[in-house]
Amino acid sequence: MKSVIAEHLVKTYRKGEVKALDDLSLDVEEGTVLSVLGPNGAGKTTTVRILATLLKPDSGNASVAGIDVIKNPDKVRELIGLSGQYAAVDETLTGWDNLVMFGRLYHLGKTASIKRAEDLLERFSLTESARRPIKTYSGGMRRRLDLAASLIVQPRVLFLDEPTTGLDPRGRQEMWEVIQELVKGGVTLLLTTQYLEEADQLADEIAVIDHGKVIARGTSDALKKQVGGERLEITVENADIAKASEIVGRISASAVHVDIRTISAPVLTGSVALMDALRALDEAKIHPLDIGLKRPSLDDVFLSLTGHKAEEAEAKA
Amino acid sequence: MKNAITDSLIITKRQLLQLARVPEVLIFSTIQPVMFVLLFRFVFGGSISTGQPGGYVQLLMPGIFVQTVAFTLAATASGLAEDMKKGLIDRFRSLPIARSALVVGRTLGDSLLNILVLIVMAGAGYAVGWRPTASVLSVFSAFVFLLMFGYALSWTGIYAGLAVRDARTVQNVSFLITFPMTFLSNAFAPTTGMPKALQYVAEWNPVSTMVAACRQLFGLENQFGATANSFPSQHPLTTSIFYMILIMVIFIPLSVRKYKNSSN
Repeated sequence: MKSVIAEHLVKTYRKGEVKALDDLSLDVEEGTVLSVLGPNGAGKTTTVRILATLLKPDSGNASVAGIDVIKNPDKVRELIGLSGQYAAVDETLTGWDNLVMFGRLYHLGKTASIKRAEDLLERFSLTESARRPIKTYSGGMRRRLDLAASLIVQPRVLFLDEPTTGLDPRGRQEMWEVIQELVKGGVTLLLTTQYLEEADQLADEIAVIDHGKVIARGTSDALKKQVGGERLEITVENADIAKASEIVGRISASAVHVDIRTISAPVLTGSVALMDALRALDEAKIHPLDIGLKRPSLDDVFLSLTGHKAEEAEAKA
Repeated sequence: MKNAITDSLIITKRQLLQLARVPEVLIFSTIQPVMFVLLFRFVFGGSISTGQPGGYVQLLMPGIFVQTVAFTLAATASGLAEDMKKGLIDRFRSLPIARSALVVGRTLGDSLLNILVLIVMAGAGYAVGWRPTASVLSVFSAFVFLLMFGYALSWTGIYAGLAVRDARTVQNVSFLITFPMTFLSNAFAPTTGMPKALQYVAEWNPVSTMVAACRQLFGLENQFGATANSFPSQHPLTTSIFYMILIMVIFIPLSVRKYKNSSN
């Protein structure tokens, strides 16, 4: 069964000038994790906001747990948890205050709210700082508390909008562990991210979006296959770039990519290609600084799908 | 409906908790009006001749009460703008709670804060010689009246906060509006000294009608500069009630609509 369905969503801003979503469709199978991957401004947040009933699309349909988000938003709100890009908690209050307040707003009753707050604080290793104002928390702690707030009532579907943006590597690692733990518990999760590694780590399936459209979807492996198998990667001195590119071009079946001094290209059989390359380089008296085979990363996927890197698009936005 | 009320009260409680966690806010929001009481009483009080038995402070206190209540709208607006910016409003909007709860809860919280501030100010006023001469009931109703005015105004703060979305900007804007409004009135000095055109503005100013109404309810005859036979200076209570209703009729629907569409 599909827990989340979005069909032909269109959303424009500034009277149609800016197209945030351009006929976007996706779905999430119950109990699985879908990662919506894309650069800033691709439409990730807009998609989540529509599914979480915060925003109405200009056209298109969406449902969560079988309930129409446009016609029946109140019902949907009872079934979802949302944790956004910023830690949306009251910073002047303590972690405990926040969770109890959200419990009460979910109509859990006083005792149950306190119990639930304490359980969640424990589970997210926040018990020690429970009585401190959020202001004093680290970025990672804030995000964990924010996530805890979205789990007050066991949500059927959880939306995490860029849960690790802005976190340091340690905070990100901690957050991943927490999310992986949740996924084991069987929640249906839609997660947006601009980090390819994050999607790779956490998701069953990945939907790559760019300019408000899904441009590819599948498992991480399937997407990598789509780009091709292994890549040959050679780093050489500046003077040798032209010659080395020519050699790589002869060995590879497809286009050669040059990035500063690193030349790379997809190859069919890695080990054979590697040996051919070494021989050819030796004949040409080129001494590579580095040579190796690379399994395609999601970075490569993004590059080959969109023609630009995720980070480049981000810089433009 | 029952949920809408409890939801609102939880939001109100949040605001009280904030005050408990950051008591500086409460301290400074009471110190400022008390400082105004002392400054006006002792700096201007001596040089403004009023012919009022009991002195200038009798006329001053109603003025400062109204001013203080009016100034709290800046806090309402900046608090809400801050919530918007931090994404807290989105979180509330994604919860299965009554849509009105967040804004209604906030206006109730502001009223509670006003009660507290007014009590402290009344104490300060008493200490520097303020003695209302009307009956207890009449004095009490003046305070109820002030709270109602504060409640109506907090809806303008809600709207401003949702519309401007930046705490510092909206605070400055609110101050830019409320500051001249409270001074271009009969609150601190007789309007008779103003240029003719300004006198009319001052007399129709809701701050003036509120101040005049409170003075009446505190038992004062002297209306401090109601020279023109204008309707508001003759019927300050009626005019004030009209203004409150007008403010709410305009700003409650506007605010609720703004809140509902706040992410579109």
